[in-house]
Amino acid sequence: MSEQMMTASGALDGGKFARQESRDILRFLTCGSVDDGKSTLIGRLLYDSKTIFEDQMRSLEAVSKKHGTTGDDIDLALLLDGLQAEQEQGITIDVAYRFFASDKRKFVVADTPGHEQYTRNMATGASNCDLAVILIDARKGVLTQTRRHSFINSLIGVRHVVLAINKMDLMDFSQEVFDKIVDDYKAFAQGFEFESIMAVPLSARYGDNVVVKSDKTPWYDGPSLLSYLEDIDVESADRSLPFRFPVQWVNRPNLNFRGFSGTVASGIAHVGDEVVVAKSGKTSRIKSIVTMDGDLPEAEAGEAVTITLEDEIDISRGDLLALTQHRPQVTDQISAHIIWMDNSRMMVGRPYIIKMGTQQVQATVTDLKHKIDVNDATHKDAGKTLELNEIGFCNLSFAQPLAMDTYEENRKTGSFILIDRFSNQTVAAGLVWFGLRRAENIHWQAVDIDKKARAAQKGQTPKVLWFTGLSGSGKSTIANLVEKKLHGEGHHTYLLDGDNVRHGLNRDLGFTDVDRVENIRRIGEVAKLMVDAGLIVLTAFISPYVAERRMVREMLEDGEFFEVYVDTPLEVCEARDVKGLYAKAREGKIKNFTGIDSPYEAPVQPEIYVNTAEMSAEAAADLIIAALEKE
Amino acid sequence: MKEKSLRTHLKALEHESIHIIREVASEFKNPVMLYSIGKDSAVMLHLARKAFYPSRLPFPLMHVDTTWKFREMITFRDRMVKEYDLDLIVHTNEEGRANNVNPFTHGSSLYTQIMKTDALKQALTAHKFDAAFGGARRDEEKSRAKERIFSFRTENHSWDPKNQRPELWNIFNTRIKPGESIRVFPLSNWTEQDIWQYIMLENIPIVPLYFAKERPVVKRDGTWIMVDDDRLPLNEGEVPEMKMVRFRTLGCYPLTGAVESSASTLEEIFEEMLIARTSEREGRMIDHDDTASMEKKKREGYF
Repeated sequence: MSEQMMTASGALDGGKFARQESRDILRFLTCGSVDDGKSTLIGRLLYDSKTIFEDQMRSLEAVSKKHGTTGDDIDLALLLDGLQAEQEQGITIDVAYRFFASDKRKFVVADTPGHEQYTRNMATGASNCDLAVILIDARKGVLTQTRRHSFINSLIGVRHVVLAINKMDLMDFSQEVFDKIVDDYKAFAQGFEFESIMAVPLSARYGDNVVVKSDKTPWYDGPSLLSYLEDIDVESADRSLPFRFPVQWVNRPNLNFRGFSGTVASGIAHVGDEVVVAKSGKTSRIKSIVTMDGDLPEAEAGEAVTITLEDEIDISRGDLLALTQHRPQVTDQISAHIIWMDNSRMMVGRPYIIKMGTQQVQATVTDLKHKIDVNDATHKDAGKTLELNEIGFCNLSFAQPLAMDTYEENRKTGSFILIDRFSNQTVAAGLVWFGLRRAENIHWQAVDIDKKARAAQKGQTPKVLWFTGLSGSGKSTIANLVEKKLHGEGHHTYLLDGDNVRHGLNRDLGFTDVDRVENIRRIGEVAKLMVDAGLIVLTAFISPYVAERRMVREMLEDGEFFEVYVDTPLEVCEARDVKGLYAKAREGKIKNFTGIDSPYEAPVQPEIYVNTAEMSAEAAADLIIAALEKE
Repeated sequence: MKEKSLRTHLKALEHESIHIIREVASEFKNPVMLYSIGKDSAVMLHLARKAFYPSRLPFPLMHVDTTWKFREMITFRDRMVKEYDLDLIVHTNEEGRANNVNPFTHGSSLYTQIMKTDALKQALTAHKFDAAFGGARRDEEKSRAKERIFSFRTENHSWDPKNQRPELWNIFNTRIKPGESIRVFPLSNWTEQDIWQYIMLENIPIVPLYFAKERPVVKRDGTWIMVDDDRLPLNEGEVPEMKMVRFRTLGCYPLTGAVESSASTLEEIFEEMLIARTSEREGRMIDHDDTASMEKKKREGYF
């Protein structure tokens, strides 16, 4: 350990309680790869600020001998690798949070990796940060990864950047090298909206300019990295933005108290101010701002409080309170950037759950306008899907209107996540670009003759019999028999199948995953209209995905959707091969053929289950009719 | 009306934690707060009271009692329940109790597995809790640094570090399937220093064992073990002696090492911590096996 470092740790030692009481927090992320010395740099900050204790050092010494890459020196990078597998691979592969403090500030470090596939992690780390430390290896200069890191930070709204130009010891602490890198960086960073860019020449391994200024860089007149981080003013603009208060929880201890608990997202509000519930437009005045430490005259950005109002108006979790003169947008369609974070790809048309602040509803990506190349921030052709770590600019539509601002105006009320309805994984991070106001102009035409009236005239209960199963399983045959029987009993029916849909309404669609989703969506909408007309609708489509079958089920009212699973083993379907399709698929002449090179997700709890190995088509049709009569 | 000082880091941490606690109360059907009686639990409880004031806590506290906790911890626990009008569930692994599972004959590792990890899983399953608050902090231990604030657990309560959900902004994904659960760590971004400072500023009651006092102790494996009752088997020639000691963390008394100290006020504890050269977990006997031991325990369902 160098002498310089010892004095440095002495410098940070002091700090009595009184001095520490007034510290604030700086949250920053570090971007770079292991090769850039990122882990070593953070390890150095932790070590020099005395955040590492003796017992941790002893364990580190032992580990260094086993996995270290620094010879006999303690490998500071190993301080940071928390998980066993990563430790053995020698790579940090997730966001890790580190803490250290000086007399002036508490620091929260989001440590994120720099490899191409980890856009997801960097976006996650950046979402709560005000500043980014971007590592550059002095030997290599500005790389593609540097551009990528800068772009993601800019997109997520990080406005302050520090270039940590590391390994200066390997370049003889040359000013020329340093200046060239800074010039290169500033040239391309002009396109980003950074408020400040600072460059520090350093050696993380030897501690130069990390905590104390190095005598090896006499030409550098700026502060050490730590001094800079201690002093920079990143005071966010949250306080000066319009007041936004997402209601988290209705606080109702007794009949005399009704408060709304939440954290002020932005701005400031005082007792007596007139507030509006964004979605309903109802207004009232703030009566009191309650905390366990006593009532407050005002509440500002970041504070978790409970607000009571003068009037009894209807407010629940998910509502957004604002001052009447500065209201947020309320819309059910937006355009937004989304960063895809899941292994299962995004599909246009598939429903997801959106969580925005405390609001949560169903949302669909209706259009993917373009993708963005994170390496050079250029736009690419869109297609209809996004893969893990891809960034897209899309239109989304929600099942109900949401209250929001644009992300540019407000990071707190302009951000959202998308959640997969089946896996419950967080699949995307979203940034509101702007609200599309079209929604306000589409009003439902109220009609006097409704579904009930039409059904009554026909003397039947309208419903959808949704046949699903592999190609050649017998769906159409059985559906046809069922329709004949229903017709014979005097019911009004209609059978939708590949012949009458694929050649007309859906002839623009192919068989890719995305087209299959759209195919089913349209069939669902047509079936819904027919149910509205009072008909009993039968559909016979492979409909291989659980998600889309569920989507149709949710379009209809409870009890209207009957899933009929026609279960026939693949071998049997393939042996029948009525239309010769399996043979072609096996030869590779048809792509995306269900059962061959595209999956079939069998229903788990269908309303009606038909096993064609055990019964004839005629018997299956009787079974279905019997099941319907039981309803 | 009270003057505010939002810009201090402690106020920022307080508001962040309250937000997390409220989010759980709103989104889950049946949450519970795991209460270990230690200083972190004390802070977590204090924050929860702030989150719902003037209402009572909308969820119960649960203490997993291994039957080997310090007696002063149990006294303190019951005092808090009364003072703050809390609902408390105390759970002990009855099968373990019947078999007299203890740290001496079974070893600390098996004992912890049965009386702590298994006991916790039993209780979570029996009460069908869908969310459980824990007081763990990211600065405690390396594998915790990557832990999410909302940490997803499978139906059998295990943790898969590769299958955690990304957490962005302060928007938390609280969706789970029946049987699955989430462990929530509202103190994730607090450090040991923050905890002590906050306890001091907010005047939060803590178990007296944190303050130095003359206590009967014996030296084992280089650390002081308190003879809290007559169940502690003494080795040959071992005679308890009175020493000025205090505890930096609390747990089962036979497994929790005391440090020699004269710090008997919060100010003195804080000063002592600023010059301390070892981490608080050094007093915990279960962490010493190897660096990855905590990670392994977490995969198995340990908190």
